[in-house]
Amino acid sequence: MSRVPNDFALSNLSRRGFLKGVGATSALVLAASWGWQDALADDTAKKFGADGMPNGWIDDPKVYVSIAADGSVTVVCNRSEMGQGVRTSLSMVVADELEADWAQVKVQQAPGDEVRFGNQDTDGSRSMRHWYEPMRRCGAAARTMLEQAAAAQWKVPVGECHAQLHKVIHKPSGRELGYGELAAAASALAVPARDSLRLKQPAEFRYIGKEGTKAIDGADIVNGRAVYGADVHFDGMLYATIARPAVYGGKVKSLDDSAALKVPGVLKVMQIEGRPLPSEFQPLGGVAVVASNTWAAIKGREALKIEWDDGPNASYDSIAYRKELEAASLKAGKVVRNTGDIDKALSGAASTLEASYYLPHLAQAPMEPMVAIARYKDGVCEAWAPSQAPQVTRERIAERLGVPFEKVTFNVTLLGGGFGRKSKPDFVVEAAILAKEFPGKAVRVQWTREDDIHNSYFHTVSAEYLKAGIDKNGLPSGWLHRTVAPSITALFAPDMNHEAAFELGMGFTNMAYAIPNVRLENPEAKVHTRVGWYRSVSNIPHGFAIQSFVDELAHKAGEDPLKYQIKLLGPDRQIDPRTLSEEWNYGESPERYPIDTGRMRTVLETAAKAAGWGRKLPKGRGLGLAVHYSFVTYVAAVIEVEVKDDGSLIVHKADIAVDCGPQINPERIRSQFEGACVMGLGNAVLGEISFKDGKVQQDNFHMYEVARMSLAPKEVAVHLVTPPGDVPLGGVGEPGVPPIAPALCNAIFAATGKRIRNLPVRYQLQGWQKAQA
Amino acid sequence: MLPITTKKYAGVPMITLKLNGQDHSLDVTEDMPLLWAIRDVAGCGMGLCGACTIHIDGLPARSCITPIGSVIGQNVTTIDNLHADPVGKVVQQAWLDSAVAQCGYCQGGQIMSATALLKTNPNPSDEQIEEAMVGNICRCGTYNRIKTAIRQASTHLKEVKA
Repeated sequence: MSRVPNDFALSNLSRRGFLKGVGATSALVLAASWGWQDALADDTAKKFGADGMPNGWIDDPKVYVSIAADGSVTVVCNRSEMGQGVRTSLSMVVADELEADWAQVKVQQAPGDEVRFGNQDTDGSRSMRHWYEPMRRCGAAARTMLEQAAAAQWKVPVGECHAQLHKVIHKPSGRELGYGELAAAASALAVPARDSLRLKQPAEFRYIGKEGTKAIDGADIVNGRAVYGADVHFDGMLYATIARPAVYGGKVKSLDDSAALKVPGVLKVMQIEGRPLPSEFQPLGGVAVVASNTWAAIKGREALKIEWDDGPNASYDSIAYRKELEAASLKAGKVVRNTGDIDKALSGAASTLEASYYLPHLAQAPMEPMVAIARYKDGVCEAWAPSQAPQVTRERIAERLGVPFEKVTFNVTLLGGGFGRKSKPDFVVEAAILAKEFPGKAVRVQWTREDDIHNSYFHTVSAEYLKAGIDKNGLPSGWLHRTVAPSITALFAPDMNHEAAFELGMGFTNMAYAIPNVRLENPEAKVHTRVGWYRSVSNIPHGFAIQSFVDELAHKAGEDPLKYQIKLLGPDRQIDPRTLSEEWNYGESPERYPIDTGRMRTVLETAAKAAGWGRKLPKGRGLGLAVHYSFVTYVAAVIEVEVKDDGSLIVHKADIAVDCGPQINPERIRSQFEGACVMGLGNAVLGEISFKDGKVQQDNFHMYEVARMSLAPKEVAVHLVTPPGDVPLGGVGEPGVPPIAPALCNAIFAATGKRIRNLPVRYQLQGWQKAQA
Repeated sequence: MLPITTKKYAGVPMITLKLNGQDHSLDVTEDMPLLWAIRDVAGCGMGLCGACTIHIDGLPARSCITPIGSVIGQNVTTIDNLHADPVGKVVQQAWLDSAVAQCGYCQGGQIMSATALLKTNPNPSDEQIEEAMVGNICRCGTYNRIKTAIRQASTHLKEVKA
C-alpha cells in the first residue's frame, strides 16, 4: 500500500501533544525534532481505538469508583463536559455494571493526569467509543468486590451473593447488606482479574440504552450553580485582559502604557512573548493588563497605545486567497487515491458534469469565551480552566514556566461549549505566565467575545472541485475530486501545505460510492492563520461538496435524488477502508470498523420515510437529502425549507436518521444531533470569518452570526436506527454536522432551482424568483 | 473537588447593589457593567447573545450593557435566586423535564428571558416565543427544547391558575 510518510505520521497522532516537549522551542528545532521515524516505526504494531491514544485507557475501579459509608457512589469522570453529557453517560455505564441506584451516584471531575486516568483528550467524538468498555469493567469489578466482601462477612460462597440495586443479597438466607456497609471491606480487596469479570447481558441493563436518566448536572445548570471557568474565584484574585496581535505572527513594535496605568484598578502592564511561527498551542503574545477587576483590565487595555509589526501574514486577504484556492483546485495535485483510469473514464463518458464549491473559515465561538485562572508559588503552579485537553494543558504550562510536569496541577471546570476551540491551551498558558509574575496570587485571564472571534483556531477554508464522467444510465463512471484547504498540521511545523491523512480521511478519501474510476487529489494550500479543529472538522467541506454534487448528478440524470443515492451506493457491502487508500479510519481498526454501505442506505431510507420524501410541496418549498459517514457513524438528513419571496429561509422540518452503533444514552444522543443540526444550519446560512490585511473582519455576534432560534427548524426529529448485529460504538458529538449544509442547499435547489455552491447562503437567494422566471 | 467558591460580588464598599434581595457594597466605578460585579457569565459584552440576562425590577435586561450606576435602588435578580420566583420555579422545572441544557452556559440567560416572557404573556404563541427568545444565543443549538419547555411551563401556569 503506497503511503506518504508525513500523512501517516500525523494520522496516527491525536489532536494534541504530538510534538511533546517542543512547545517553547523555535520552529527550526521543531522541524528537526518532528520524529517521522518514530511514528513510522510504530507501523508494525499499529494500535487502534483507545489502545492507540496517548496513555491509552485505565479500567481500575480503585481509580474511578469510590463508595462512602453512607452508600453514595462517586464516579470519576476523566473526560471534559461540554454539553455532550459525558459526565452523565460515563457514570451511567459504571452505575449499571455496579448495580448502583442512580439517585446515589455523584460524579467528580478528574484533574489532568493521564498516567492515572488514561487518555483525557475530549475530542474526535470518542469518549463513549473508547471508554464504554473500560468503564463497564470498572463497574463490574467494583460490583464483584462488594459481593466478595459480603460473602466474607457472611462466610458463604461468593456465588450465592448477588448485587442488586445498591445492596448485596444472600438469597439462601435472605440476608442483605447495603453498599455503604460493605464499602470499607470491599475497598480493601484486590481488584479481580479482568478476564474473571462477569459483564451484564444487555437484557440486564438498568441504565445503558434506556431513557429517563436525568443529566447529572441538570439541576445545577438551571439554578446557576454549575461551575464554569469564570466561576472559579479566589479572594484577592487579579484579573487580566491581553491585547494580542491582530495578524498571525505579529509582534509588538512599540508600547506606551502610561494611559493604561492611570486607569483605576490597573496594577501592571506586561508583554507576553509569542512563539515563532508556527504557534502550535502557545499564546500569540501581546500586552497583558493586570487589574483588580475585569472591567478595569478591559478599560486599561483600551488605553494601551501599541504599534504592531504585523509580520509575514499581513497581506492575508480572503478574497484573494479564495481565488488562489480555486485556481489550485483546477490543476492536478498530490494524488490521494487512484482507482481505475480516470482520464479514460472522463474522455470516454457520454457526458460530464463539473462543479466547484467554496466554504469559508468559521470560528467555534463557544458561548463561554476563553477564560483561565492560575496560581504560582515556589515552582508550583495550579490552574483551572474549561479545557478539552487537560494533559496537554498541563504539559504546556510546565514547559512554558520551566517547571517539572509534576509541579503543575490542572483542574477542569465545566465547559461553556468547546467545539474544538478548547482543545488548545493557549489561553491557560497565558494565565500561567501572568501568575508567575504575581507569586501566591490567583490570576484570571478573561477573553472578550472579540478576543475569541479574532483569535480562534479557525475552521479551515476550502475550495472543492468535482468532475464526473457520466455513463448512459446517468451514473458516474469516473469521479475526480480535488480538495484544497490549509491544514491544521501547519500549526506544528513549517511548510505543511497538504491536508493530512486525518483531514483527508474525513469524508474525502473514504468516499464509498460504487464508482469504477476514481481519482482524488489534494493540491497545495499555504496557511496564513491558526487553523484548528472545529466540530466535525474537514467533514464539513468534503461532505458539502460530495453531497451537493451527487444531488446535481441526480438532477442531471433526471432521477429522484433518493433513488439515485441508493443506486450510487451499489449493493450492500462492507468496505475495508484500506481498499480506498484510507489508512486513518478515525484511529479505529479497519476490521472492526469497515464502511458499511447497507447502514448508509438504511439511514437514507429512514430519514426519507420519516420526512415523507417525494410528497408534493407548495411553491417555494423543497425537500433536500444528504448522507454522510463520519466518526464511524452513519447519518442522513432530510430538510424541508421554505424560501420566502425576499430570499429568507424558514426551515420547517429536519429529519435526521442516525446509526451510531449501540446507544448508551439515547436521550443525549438525540440532543447532540438536534444541536448539530442547528449548528450545521448556522454554518450553512450565516457562518463566515474573513480576513483583510491579515486581520479578521468580524468582531462579535452581529458580524459573525450564528444560528438563533429563528433559524432552528420548526420541528426536528432524530431517528435512532437500530444497528445491524453486533457492531461497535460510533461517535455522536460531531457526525450530525456534515449532512446538514448539503441537505439544506439541496432543499433550496428543490424549492427554487437555484444551486448554492458557495457558503454561507446568506443573501444569495434575494431575487430568486426573477432568476427562476 | 476544586477549592473554589462561586463569585457573588467583587471589591469593597462604595456602590450599594441590591442583588437577590440583599444589599452589597462594591468599590467599582459607576460605568462598570453589572455583569462584572455579579457573576462574570460573559457572552458578548454587547447585548447580542443574552447569556448574561438578569431581571431589574422584574424586567429582563442584559447585564453586560447595564452600567452598575444605573440600577442603584432597584432589585436585581439573577438565575441564582430565580427559584424564589413562582413563575421562575416553574420554568426551571420545565427546563429539567425537557432536558434542555447541553453545556448549560447560556441557559441561565435563556431561563431569565423565558420567565420574563411568561410573566407578561402566560400563553405565548410560537411566534411570540421566537420573538422573545431570538436575542438569546445557544451555540449548542437547544432551541427546539427551549420552545418545548416554554410551552410546558405555559401549560403548567395555566393549570395552576385554573
